[in-house]
Amino acid sequence: MTTIHTNVDATAAGGRVESTQHSLVSVIADWITTTDHKKIGRLFIGLSLVAVAAVAVLAGFLGVERMSASSYSVLNGDSVVQLFAAYQFGLVYAVVAPLFIGLAIAVVPLQLGSRSLSYPRLAAFGFWAWASGLIVTLVAIGTNGGPAGGNSNMVDLYLLALGLVAVGLSAASASIAVTVLTSRAPGMSLLRVPMFSWSALMGAMATVLTLPVLTGTLVYVYVDHTYGRLAFGGNTDIAKWIGWSFTQPQTFVFAVMAVGVLAELAPIVAGVRQPLRPIMLIGITLVSTAALGGATQSTHALTWTGTVSDKVQELIPFALFNLLPILGVLIVLALGALAAKTGRVKPTASIAFAFFGTGMVLVGMLVHALSLIGPAHLAGTVAQESSTLYVVYGAVMVALGALVHWGPKLWGRRLPEKEMFGLAALSLLATVLSSLPYVVAGFLDQPSNVVAGWSYDASALLNTVSTIGHLLMFVAVFGFLGLALKHFSTGTLASDDPWDAHSLEWSIPSPAPAGNFSDIAIVGSAEPLLDIKPVRQGVSA
Amino acid sequence: MTLALPSAAMPAPKRQALVVTAVASAGIIMLIAGMLGMWLRFRAAADTRVSSDGRHIIKDWLPSDIKMPEVSANTMLIGLFFGCVMAQWAVYAAKRDDSSHRSIALAICLLMEVAIINAQISVYSQMHIGVTDGVYQTMFYAITGAVVVLLAIGVAFTSVTWFRSVGGRDNDSHVVAAHALYWYVLTAAFCAVWFVVYIQK
Repeated sequence: MTTIHTNVDATAAGGRVESTQHSLVSVIADWITTTDHKKIGRLFIGLSLVAVAAVAVLAGFLGVERMSASSYSVLNGDSVVQLFAAYQFGLVYAVVAPLFIGLAIAVVPLQLGSRSLSYPRLAAFGFWAWASGLIVTLVAIGTNGGPAGGNSNMVDLYLLALGLVAVGLSAASASIAVTVLTSRAPGMSLLRVPMFSWSALMGAMATVLTLPVLTGTLVYVYVDHTYGRLAFGGNTDIAKWIGWSFTQPQTFVFAVMAVGVLAELAPIVAGVRQPLRPIMLIGITLVSTAALGGATQSTHALTWTGTVSDKVQELIPFALFNLLPILGVLIVLALGALAAKTGRVKPTASIAFAFFGTGMVLVGMLVHALSLIGPAHLAGTVAQESSTLYVVYGAVMVALGALVHWGPKLWGRRLPEKEMFGLAALSLLATVLSSLPYVVAGFLDQPSNVVAGWSYDASALLNTVSTIGHLLMFVAVFGFLGLALKHFSTGTLASDDPWDAHSLEWSIPSPAPAGNFSDIAIVGSAEPLLDIKPVRQGVSA
Repeated sequence: MTLALPSAAMPAPKRQALVVTAVASAGIIMLIAGMLGMWLRFRAAADTRVSSDGRHIIKDWLPSDIKMPEVSANTMLIGLFFGCVMAQWAVYAAKRDDSSHRSIALAICLLMEVAIINAQISVYSQMHIGVTDGVYQTMFYAITGAVVVLLAIGVAFTSVTWFRSVGGRDNDSHVVAAHALYWYVLTAAFCAVWFVVYIQK
């Protein structure tokens, strides 16, 4: 029996940089060249959270334009296409994908009892490729590039930068997948892997399987656009070829880890081992089947016409491509509820974020499925946009909850619970207000990705409410960032196991020291810390 | 409070090089599969016309003045298969700590890879087509160019493995195995490209 103890020197190196000993230049150089998975993960998370706030502001501007469907209020008509391109790109590749990849990079090695991430330089390359691709993409869009852009050089640059983003995210995902597959503590079989790490494996593999398809398409479109412009329709048709990567079901691939966060937190707040654990693993895996749609660049609609045989032939691929991820989320929610019923729930802000965020992701999946059913007449309407918003904003909520939960291991301090409960409620309100009006507007035939060209009575009201929702999301994320900056630097010091949790990261000091574990623990079950803790009062063992 | 768990010695690495190569290979398969899917889609959508004798339907996909240099394409395929044999020989030698055979096998593998790239350049020079000449030409350069990039990555991988072998790294048989896996996957991917692009055209 070995006690895992704090390594004082390592703690200082891993958690905080002492300004008295290091110059600013050396600190910056340290962060740029770091191979510490906690730092790489925090770089991903920090930049993604800034992007959430920026995208919410951008969505607000577009919402203001939509309030009046007949004239331009703020923006130039020529810039709207570019702004929509930046908005769609931002939601997926600046926010939801890197946010969870960063979270996984920071947390997964700690959960697995590993001293480091596998191939940390690959993950670091992934970050810098993604970050530089992100900046160059936005510069290209801002200088009349992007889909339908008028500056052909900038359109070429946009395609190259998007490729760089895809390569960077794929590289970081590969690093995560290899870590889960090869760097587990002794005794931790794949079936004993913590839920979040399992979802990280599934999400990372789904990313590795889908983003190369985007890369291949970009190669074709780039070569065609740069040289002949004969096959792919030039700049005006770019969105037709790569648009699938900015919408559903590709966004579900990046939301797999969001579902994993809820699966991780539910038994912790209930203080029990997860009932029917293998089924929970299957549920998370089912969500990752969204990769089928991404890899084949297809969404199977249900026109519900023709003979019974025709309908059945449509129904099978529709269910396979669209309903399996929904079934996965439902399984996770049901088993989470079962854990809560079995144990004794101690509500935390993190579970509030995770539960309601996952609920929003589920609503987004349902809206997407509904939009593919012919008789609903939602194809091409703003309802499809609302599906993306539900998924992305819901996933952002979950990520904020995950930061509340794992913050102590990454920064050594806790965020204030009361304020976090408030932000959870605010972000839930923001998600509903920004997305739900677009579902209603979809039924009223408001087209997607345009700011003019429709007419119905409640247009101004619905688009105003949605704009308010985006601005509330900005306030929620900005508020979270402010509180995080304050409390992660000067807030209450966290204990080693502030949540009475189950997995290995809570057996080491907060913040996790450099090298994570001074001794390698032997794992005897899926919840190793519960093996050595007294059973929580009121809960059967 | 720190929690006490039973501890163990640091576990041996679990073939990380092989696993990361497998993950990357999955990505490569999806890249080539996606590009071939796009190729097939464009080919299927190409215009058709009736032949002058009225007995055949002709698809206007491959321009009639382009002659596919099949000898060079077949040379590439054979070269890749031979490279796989060499890569497997290296694995066999590495498992038996036979450094000289391992290094020779990797050197021949490297030579084959350079020859394969040379064959691809030969294909380009014999076809006499420009990337701006038409839809087929644009797509041909895109998909074969992607294969050349993957071959170049393979050359770098083989070079590193060979240098490690020559430098006396006798304990990295997993790296040699990962190298062999990469070439198997690349050969499989090229088989598909060869059949769709060079044979079916």
